[in-house]
Parts: sequence; structure tokens; C-alpha cells
Amino acid sequence: MDTNQTERPLLETRGLTKIFGSLRACDSIDLAIAPGEVHALLGENGAGKSTLVKMLFGVLEPSAGEILWKGTPVKIGSPGEARATGVGMVFQHFSLFEALTVAENIALALDGKVPIEKISDEARRLSVEYGLPLDPSAHVADLSVGERQRIEIVRALLQNPELIILDEPTSVLTPQEADKLFETLAKLKAEGRSVLYISHRLEEVQRICDRATVLRHGKVTGACDPRNETPSSLARMMVGGEVPEISGAGLGEPGEVLVEVNKLSAPARTPFAVALTDVDLTVRAGEVIAIAGVAGNGQSELFDVLSGEVTVSHADQIRIAGVAAGRLGITARRLMGCSFVPEERHGHAAVPTMSLSGNLVLSRYASDRSTFLTGGWLGLINTGPVATATKRISSAMDVRKSLVDPPAGSLSGGNLQKFIVGRELDRKPRVLVVNQPTWGVDAGAASRIRQALVDLAKSGSAVIVISQDLDEVFEIASSISVINEGRLSRPEPAATMTRERIGLLMGGFHDGAGHGVDPAGAAHAH
Amino acid sequence: MRIELQKRPVPSPLYAVLSPFIALGLTLVAGGIMFMALGKNPFDALYSFFIEPLTEVWSIHELTVKAAPLILIAVGLSVCYRSNNWNIGAEGQFIMGGILGSLVPILMPGFQTWLTLPLMLVLGMIGGAAWGAIPAYLKTRFNTNEILTSLMLVYTAQLFLDWLARGVLRDPNGNNFPGSIRFPEAARLPEIIPSQGSAHYGLVIAILAAIVIWFMLRFTLNGFEVRVLGANPRAGRFAGFSQTRMAFFAFLLSGGLAGLAGIAEVSGAIGQLRETISPGYGFTAIIVAFLGRLNPLGAIAAGFMLALTYLGGEAAQMTLGISDKVGRVFQGLLLFFVLGCDTLINYRVRLVWRKATAPAGGKA
Repeated sequence: MDTNQTERPLLETRGLTKIFGSLRACDSIDLAIAPGEVHALLGENGAGKSTLVKMLFGVLEPSAGEILWKGTPVKIGSPGEARATGVGMVFQHFSLFEALTVAENIALALDGKVPIEKISDEARRLSVEYGLPLDPSAHVADLSVGERQRIEIVRALLQNPELIILDEPTSVLTPQEADKLFETLAKLKAEGRSVLYISHRLEEVQRICDRATVLRHGKVTGACDPRNETPSSLARMMVGGEVPEISGAGLGEPGEVLVEVNKLSAPARTPFAVALTDVDLTVRAGEVIAIAGVAGNGQSELFDVLSGEVTVSHADQIRIAGVAAGRLGITARRLMGCSFVPEERHGHAAVPTMSLSGNLVLSRYASDRSTFLTGGWLGLINTGPVATATKRISSAMDVRKSLVDPPAGSLSGGNLQKFIVGRELDRKPRVLVVNQPTWGVDAGAASRIRQALVDLAKSGSAVIVISQDLDEVFEIASSISVINEGRLSRPEPAATMTRERIGLLMGGFHDGAGHGVDPAGAAHAH
Repeated sequence: MRIELQKRPVPSPLYAVLSPFIALGLTLVAGGIMFMALGKNPFDALYSFFIEPLTEVWSIHELTVKAAPLILIAVGLSVCYRSNNWNIGAEGQFIMGGILGSLVPILMPGFQTWLTLPLMLVLGMIGGAAWGAIPAYLKTRFNTNEILTSLMLVYTAQLFLDWLARGVLRDPNGNNFPGSIRFPEAARLPEIIPSQGSAHYGLVIAILAAIVIWFMLRFTLNGFEVRVLGANPRAGRFAGFSQTRMAFFAFLLSGGLAGLAGIAEVSGAIGQLRETISPGYGFTAIIVAFLGRLNPLGAIAAGFMLALTYLGGEAAQMTLGISDKVGRVFQGLLLFFVLGCDTLINYRVRLVWRKATAPAGGKA
């Protein structure tokens, strides 16, 4: 230990490597996190970010290399050991029991037997101290996604960690909620704690991080001070090349009305679902309508009634190209020229255990019956044309795969999403409804998918994009509407819409007159 | 020390093939231990249980007689389980098929043409399918658990058969013994090689059914629908497939095949309607279906394997002087190990030799 106290990093990895079979998910990663810094870990999906933090948190065992904690080599064999060492982690997907209270959920994660009242008090104290308003006796089911995230953060803070790892924390938050989170991070930093901040949102990283390490294909491709970089230079390090700009230009005058939703209300089907209330929506040919909103405000419910997976009570509540379609199922709507891409790839849009060609048949056996089926009443799957179409889609969307026809579940998230979007575009649908088209998809694939959506609208189809990603919404939409607690705001032209106004609408300010920021309203929105 | 299960990134194709054989091996070891505990030489006992029945022509015929209903039922159950419908009541559907098919020779003993047997087989299928439709209806209409309803209907069917065989359908000239009249020749499923042994055409029907259903599952849209809804109901709904329709399809198919097995047993092996017509084929077929990896062709091999446990049980009773229930024990062991070994397909088993570190507490 010849380095002195101030220069010594809190956590350092040397040549950290993780091998899965023949894949080097992490390849000799060198990373150093100084005490009291907010350190960004940037990279596309599949770059090895998750693998790296899982090793740091003791979930995965490194294949080679070492982890040094305050200069001393340590072996972190389990999350429990990680916590004992001083590492806390907030996962992207929360592990909370909806039926239990906040305090009970926190107690579950703690080792040992601490009385629940004590945990409540401690959680309350921490939540006040760090500006994370939280009621320990509330049931998780009643909380918003932002509040659920606070539970995870408080849970991590209770262990008094010196390093906190946050995995894509703002992906589920409104801009206002994200601002609150950044204030909390600033407090943590002021106390001398370090933060490892995983994100692919470049603007955020530039705003709050002191240093950044960029990963690509399991290797460190850059280490920099994000404030000295531009978003495009960071993006270059992430994807190893220029990310093409999406051109929304050329969206012509909207044509005939293709989708019409009239005063649609639908009750919640489960206690954890959202009811839709008085939804009105008109989408014309050549238009991209984006529906922004924070997760869990009725997006999936809206998608389900648009797709016909759930039918509504009156047929004319949904009209497709003038035909009352509210009582028609998804197959009938597909036969009318509609295509659908749901949010969840595994187990909704695709069957992970089935091959890509099987997953092609999944959504197109009815619309392409004459091509994909043969043998008359026997209904034999015609493997030749199916394989040809699978190949055509894969090359059109640049789906990268190791086998000709691998199981869908073996593809990375971005590649599978490209295939699923490509599967629907390949039909040249008149109407496309897509929920979270680029959720968890890397920058290169996302830009390809977005361009494809814009191109489809240009060719005269109506496109409805439900998305939480505001960058995406502004990039591709001709009009923007916001969904909040099952209500849809009136669509406004993208050109005159602002982020602040979307933030307010996300917070439920439907009738706030006019555009622009209403400071009083913004204060209430928290 | 602790045992850790690590999820494999992709299911292991090696263990998918090996798992039934490992299960068989473990069953033999556990069975040997059991024979030892009973004071028998385990090797001699296992020999007379598993090998001896295969050394004589007549007992190989017996083997096919036992295997035919097992295969036929298991083929239907494979489709049912693949589609995520849990029909545990094949035994009841078997019995109802046997009853309905038997009505032809019992109520119309004079009707003896080439049509008699086909009519019986069709009625057998209808009887089994109708009995299977009840849990399907309850599941789709009232969201009841089909495992419970289909199982309970087994006992209803058993008692109904018992009542019929002792009551209204009893042979009036049968000296008050339970059981119907003996079926006339035209109502008997013929033996394949009558001079050699008792194997009847039920086996041919079973193997044909296995091939047809395998083809359906593998190549048709209908089979695709079964696989999608079984793997992922939500994706199935997205595809536009109906779970309600599938529940009826699966129960009608598996019930129909069980009913066909029932009438084939009554008209082939037994020759009259008795108060019991099945030594638990409908339950044993569940093991057959799983041992055959829910693949209709796999069910053929697995059906012969399980048929052997019936013969072995009888052999054990005769040569070793222990209860023929030992056959049931082997069936149970086999199902237990088959399901256990399937874990190996998706998980890697690791032994971790390490003391839990004190501060990390219970989670370590």
C-alpha cells in the first residue's frame, strides 16, 4: 500500500473478467471509483454493464481478475457479503412484494431480527434526511414507480453503504421525479459516499456524473469526464460509430382517419391494473402519434384494447378505417391491416423457447395464411416460406444471431426487438400500434427501430407509439398525447409541445390551460 | 456444505436425452435398496422383476396388452399437459369410455356385424371425451381447478361402473356374480397372433394414434397452438389463440383417447364389463407421459417401460412372495426421479463447500 489515503480509490477492479461459455461478457475490466464521486457506467445493452455490477455485488463470481476495496483485495461471494463490505445496490427491476407495506419490504431485505417499528423509524428518518418522501406503513401496491424506487434506495441506505450502485434509475421516472433523485444523489455525494450510476441517457450522465467509464462488447472503450464531452462523442464511444439522426422530415399532410377511439372507458381487470377513462383518440394515415407517460398509468391496458386482446363493451368505441371494431379480437383486427408490438418481448410478443420462425408464425399465421400455411384443412406450417420470411426480416432489420433460426430467448433484447418490429413491418401494415418500442434496447438498434416507424408513417400508415422515453417521443412523433391514470390528454403537435408541459401532464394536470410551465403546478406535481 | 442450482443459459440437450435414463438408473438403485430392506437379494429380485418377464413369448404378449392402454392414454395426456391443461382424471375417462362402448354388445347382443366393433370404439371415445368435457367446462366457465375436478370425477366413474356391473348391466345368467354378459365375437377386439398369445389390436391403435398426434404437434398450426399456449398463455392470446378453446380441445382429445383405451381394454383384453376394468392405467399413464417427455413417440417407449412394472409386480408376487403393490412403488419411484432429473435440463447442480460467513447471516 504505497498510495496515500486521498488518492486511493474506494473500489477498484483489475482485469475483471467474466466468461459465459465462449462469450466474454466482461473482458479485463479496469475501473476505479474514488470516494465521494458519482461515477457513470455507460454502454449499450449487452455491453457488460449488468455483468460487471453483478460481480461487484456478489451475484456473479468473476472468472478472472480481482476487486480491491480501499486498496485491499476482497472476495465478494454474495449480496450479503457485498452489503457487509459497504456496497449497496438499487436494481432496475424492483424486488418488492406489492401486498406488504414499505417497512415490511425493507425488513425482508435486512439480515437479522430488527423489530419492525425500529425499521419504520429508521426508514422515516432516512427518507426525510435524503429528501425521499416515503410512508413506511403504506402498501407497496398503492405506490407509484418513483416511490417504489425510493424504497429500494432507502433499503440500500439502511446498510450505511459507502458505495451505492444504481442501475438505470431514471428510466421509470418523470422528469420531475428524476430531478428529486438527482438532489438525493448530490446529498449522498456531499457525505463522501460514492455512486456508481448506470445509464444510457447521455444528458443525465453529463449533468450529474464526475467521471464516466464506457463499455462496449465487454471491454472498456473510454474513460472520461462526461462534462468535457458532447452527447455525440459519448454515443460514439458507446456504439463505436456515429448514431444516425432520425429524420422525421417528410411526414406529409395526414390523410384519412384510420383509428378512432370514442369515449372509451374500461374498468380495471385486476386490483393492480389501471382503469381507462374517457379515452378519445384519432389517428390519420401518415401520422405518428406518441403517447407519453410514466409506466403503470394505463399504457398496457390501452394497448390491450387497441390490439383486441381485450375487447370493449361497444363495438363503435374503436373504429378501424371506419369499421366498428371494438368487439373484434386481435386476429380480426390483424386481418383489417393492423399490426401490434406489445411492450414485453419475452412471453407476450414472442415465446422465448420457440425459434424465430415459430415466432414469425405466431403473429402472422392468419394474415399470411396463403403463404405460411399449406395442406388445406390440415393447416401444415409451410416451413420453406416461413424460413425465407424469417431471413428477409432478419436482414432487413439487421438482427444479429449466431444460428440461422435460434430460439427467441437466446437473442439479446435489442436484437429480439428488432426482429419483432421487423416481423410486423414486413406485412406493411396500415395501422401499427407499438408499446415501448425501444425499452431496454441499445442506441444503434433503437435508432433503426425509430427510423422504421417514421418510414412506415411516411408510406401512408397510421402509427401509434406508446413510450416512456421522451427523447424518442420528440424524435419521431407528429403529435404527442400524455396518459395519466388511465386518462389521455388531447394530442398536441410535437412542434409546440415542451418537456415541461409533458411533465405536468404526466403529473395529472390535464386541464392546466395553455402551454409552457406553470410554476405553481410544477410544485404540486411533486 | 450446500447444494446450489444454477440456471443454465440454454436448456441442456444432453440432459434432455439422458434424464429419463438417469431416472431409470436411480429407480433401480432405490428399488434394490427396498428389496434389500425386505430381506431379498436385490440382484435376483430386480432380475425377476424387470428381466424375467421379457424372456418368454406369452409374457411379451402380456406386456403389449398392458402397454397399449398406457400408450393410448399417455399420448392424449402429452397434448393436454403441453397445452398447460392438467387432466388427472384419465382413469375416469377410461372407465366411462369402457362403459359407453360396452352398451352396444350388452344392450344389443344380437347386433353382430362388421359395424359392431367400430361403433363400440367410437362410442368409447365419445364417452371418454364427454367425461373429459366436464372439467374443461368447469375450468373455462367457473375457473375451477381442473386437477381437482378431473380427479374427483375418477371416483364418480369408478362407483358408477361398480353400480352398473353389480346392478342393471349384470348378466342375468351369471349366478349373481358381478359383471355383464360375455361379449360375442363380433364385439371383441381381435388378437394379433392368436396362436401365440393375447396381444390384441389395441397396441396397433395406440401406436397409430401416437404417430398421428406426433405429426399434429410437430407440423400443424393446431400443434403450434398447443405449444404456444402451453409455453406462454399471454403470447398465445397475442397470437389470437383462445385458451378456452384449447382447454376443450385438450380435454376432449385426452378424454377421447382414454375412452378409446377403455373400450379397447374391455373388448380386447377382458371381454365383458366388470366392476373394475383398470389396474390404474389412467394414473400410470401420467408417469408414461412424463417419462416420454410429453412427446407422443416417447410415450411408446415409456408405455412399455411402465407396462413392465405391472408384470414385474405380478412376478414379484409369484417368485419372491412379496406384494404386487411393489409395482406401484416402482411407478412412484420412477415418476419421482423423472421429475427430479428434469431439473438437470435447466439447472446445473453445484456443491459449494464453504462455511457460511458469520456476519453475512442467513442470506449467505
